[in-house]
Amino acid sequence: MKTMLVILLSAMLTDNFVLSKFMGICPFLGVSKKLDSASGMGIAVTFVMICATLVTYPIHHGILVPNHLEYFDTVVFILVIALFVQLVENFLKKCVPSLYKSLGVYLPLITTNCAVLGVTVLNIDNNYTFVQSIVNSLGAGLGFMLALVIFSGVRKKLEYADIPETFKGVPATLIAASIVSVSFMGFSGLFS
Amino acid sequence: MAENKTPLVKELTKGILKENPTLVMLLGMCPTLAVTTQAMNGIGMGLVTTFVLLGSNIVISALRKVIPDKVRIPAFIVIIASFVTLIGFLLEGFVPSLYDSLGIYLTLITVNCIIFGRAEMFASKNGIVASACDAIGMGLGFTMALFLMGSIREIIGSGKWMGLEIPVLSNNPMLLFIMPAGGFFTLGMIIAAVNKLTNKKPPQELGCSGCPHAESCGKAGDCQ
Repeated sequence: MKTMLVILLSAMLTDNFVLSKFMGICPFLGVSKKLDSASGMGIAVTFVMICATLVTYPIHHGILVPNHLEYFDTVVFILVIALFVQLVENFLKKCVPSLYKSLGVYLPLITTNCAVLGVTVLNIDNNYTFVQSIVNSLGAGLGFMLALVIFSGVRKKLEYADIPETFKGVPATLIAASIVSVSFMGFSGLFS
Repeated sequence: MAENKTPLVKELTKGILKENPTLVMLLGMCPTLAVTTQAMNGIGMGLVTTFVLLGSNIVISALRKVIPDKVRIPAFIVIIASFVTLIGFLLEGFVPSLYDSLGIYLTLITVNCIIFGRAEMFASKNGIVASACDAIGMGLGFTMALFLMGSIREIIGSGKWMGLEIPVLSNNPMLLFIMPAGGFFTLGMIIAAVNKLTNKKPPQELGCSGCPHAESCGKAGDCQ
């Protein structure tokens, strides 16, 4: 139980995917303007990360390892994730329209999100068990959401700030992200 | 297909300055921020990406009339992922130190927006020679941007440059610069400097031209 908690919290805080591993920067900077879209994107990413782990872990350990085909991980994983996102989208559309309404628009954006591919590959690289992998994915997803939600608040303030002309737009956003990242550095050493 | 000489040179040079994928079009942010703690890693990542870009651009351009429009995204992804796997093998065998320092970001080249963006915007519409030139230009532009990022971060953050110690600075390195926060900061500063030098209005949004979902993205409201 204790290891699970450590995996969950370190994926969320100390090794935050966006702010210390730089995965999923595109949605982090692109979809963090409003609080509701930030949380929607966060939930969708968490959901897809867990589902992708549920699918890729058995494929790696059940099919690829026994046949000595581990080197196909990248090709297989990215295809599985792309197919799976499409499947989830269609399923939600048909069976849970209310959920589709709130998450649907974000799902197609996630296929090529490097955080999703990253978490599935990291689970394999770190030799996690099945349950640990799921916990790690959950932590990574929640950490992603946390970073997005916090950053959407920062950006709201940034809109009213008087920024020099050269820095307006992306440069100011990146520097704000750097300051948020400094605050996450406070978590480092939490579990050592 | 642009066979006469001038357009080919244009395809080759546009990626280096005018349409630099990282600093002007703002694509491929993840590797730009992640691996540039050292100048050498920046060059390594840049060259590896150039190789994948060149391979995928040539193959996609050669197959552009065969791949049906509806399944082009999965088809492109498989081609790109194959080249990433290939270069992974080569690096593991011949340059293990670079393989180790790139780590997971080597795998993540698969989902680098630059490669996908060039496939979607250029290789799927142009001939093989033009696509190859485009790939080399874009790859070199990316490599140069990464080298610049890596140099700044390494010099300030650890007081070294390409492994050489720099007097004075090496005694007082600003560790923040090789930490994640320094990556965001350096990139923000470089983009601002590029805007100042070119007298352009700074971009308000990240470049989504490379995003395979740019069309559906409009629905999300925020990402343009």
